[in-house]
Amino acid sequence: MNEIIRLVIYLVAIIAFAALNAAYLVWVERKGAGHIQRRIGPKEVGPYGLLQPLADGAKLMSKQVLIPKGVDVPLFMLAPILAMVPAIMSFVTIPFSETLVARDINIGLLMIFAFASVNIMALLLGGWASRNKYAVISATRAVSQNVSYEIPMLITVITIVMITGSMNLNEIVMQQTNILKWHIWPWTGNFLGPVTFLVFFTCCLAETNRAPFDLGEAESELIAGFHTEYAGMGFGMFFMGEYANIVISCSLITILFLGGWQCPFGLFPGIHWFLIKLYALCWTFVWIRWTYPRTTLWGLLNLSWKYLIPISLVNLILTAGLLKVM
Amino acid sequence: MAGYFNELFSGTKSLAIGLRITIKEFVKPVVTLQYPHESLVMTPRYRGHIELVGDPETGEPKCIACGMCQKACPSGCITVKGEKREGVKGKVLTVYQLDFTKCSLCGQCVESCRPAAIDFSHDYNLASTRKEDFIFDLVKRLKDKS
Repeated sequence: MNEIIRLVIYLVAIIAFAALNAAYLVWVERKGAGHIQRRIGPKEVGPYGLLQPLADGAKLMSKQVLIPKGVDVPLFMLAPILAMVPAIMSFVTIPFSETLVARDINIGLLMIFAFASVNIMALLLGGWASRNKYAVISATRAVSQNVSYEIPMLITVITIVMITGSMNLNEIVMQQTNILKWHIWPWTGNFLGPVTFLVFFTCCLAETNRAPFDLGEAESELIAGFHTEYAGMGFGMFFMGEYANIVISCSLITILFLGGWQCPFGLFPGIHWFLIKLYALCWTFVWIRWTYPRTTLWGLLNLSWKYLIPISLVNLILTAGLLKVM
Repeated sequence: MAGYFNELFSGTKSLAIGLRITIKEFVKPVVTLQYPHESLVMTPRYRGHIELVGDPETGEPKCIACGMCQKACPSGCITVKGEKREGVKGKVLTVYQLDFTKCSLCGQCVESCRPAAIDFSHDYNLASTRKEDFIFDLVKRLKDKS
């Protein structure tokens, strides 16, 4: 009985956390964009525009769910749900603190990547079912992008797994007790540690379809991308899934490289440290988005195949060698 | 091979420079004006719709109702009427109506006015949902002003 109550509480909390983060990341995004361009950003709804996400959400929910003629209805309806569900599922294994984790399983890392690859399926289905050529082009772009960036991402993850010897996220965090033991440093297992971090960070940007890698949503060429035909909450789900994925990516970077819920100085570890690192990374995502222009498709694929994959492979071999020698 | 690494390093460096620039701009104060809540003072030479100029002593319009502006107006949006009164030299202005829906702000009327009795106003917040709001009674406007 207790177990069921615990699960229900975690379920509600995770969904609330994902939705709240998605909503307020939009606010952070718009405010960040505003101030980088020396505007104010949303300011009319509530103090500092803080109620803007709620107003947007209410507006999206009250809109009609529009199904255009000629679409593949079951797939069309399934795609937004499929975009949201894996993102929420991934939160299950994220350790927010030593004890605050819904399911502390040994293959947590693997599970997150398994669900992350379902997400791209949702984009493909959404684009395909829309019966819109722009949506299909966008979906194929998103897929080719995700396929080419998943490789270096997983290779860098293998590097980390080799160093830590575990796929349990909580255990990976526990090994990084203070700032000197974080996996971004050159002396923790591999002297290319910072490069590993940068490669993983770049791949996270690309995997979440964020600028400068947001080719799937290149408005000037593809209208809105794979969600062109979606109105109201269908679009809202895609949007929320996207932001939930950003939170997942940032959580993963925090856990793998920045010591998760551990304090940098070894004092009072807990959820607050996790959240500080998480939101600092989320802010970096926003900051990057409003700094760089969108890359071209060949530039995007070149970066992956000519730089990230060779570098991560060298990194992997080097780590394996160093671990064997030391 | 050297080109490969050069491109990698110079590319990374330029990305870092870009990030530095945007974060610098982020902390600078905003430059936009929050329009409905605050607005700039209009420049003195702004040419809005016309208005009557009053005599600085009496406050009465300087207009002599000659009708030159009415003739000069290419859009025909000015209506001037005057009447003779006992003991007053010349005509006295009774009606000066501007149909701003037709006005193209060319300024021919101001140029044609010999006694310099009309001038450009500095009003620019002119928005309404009703057409009648743009038919200005300039005599009344001058009275309200003084």
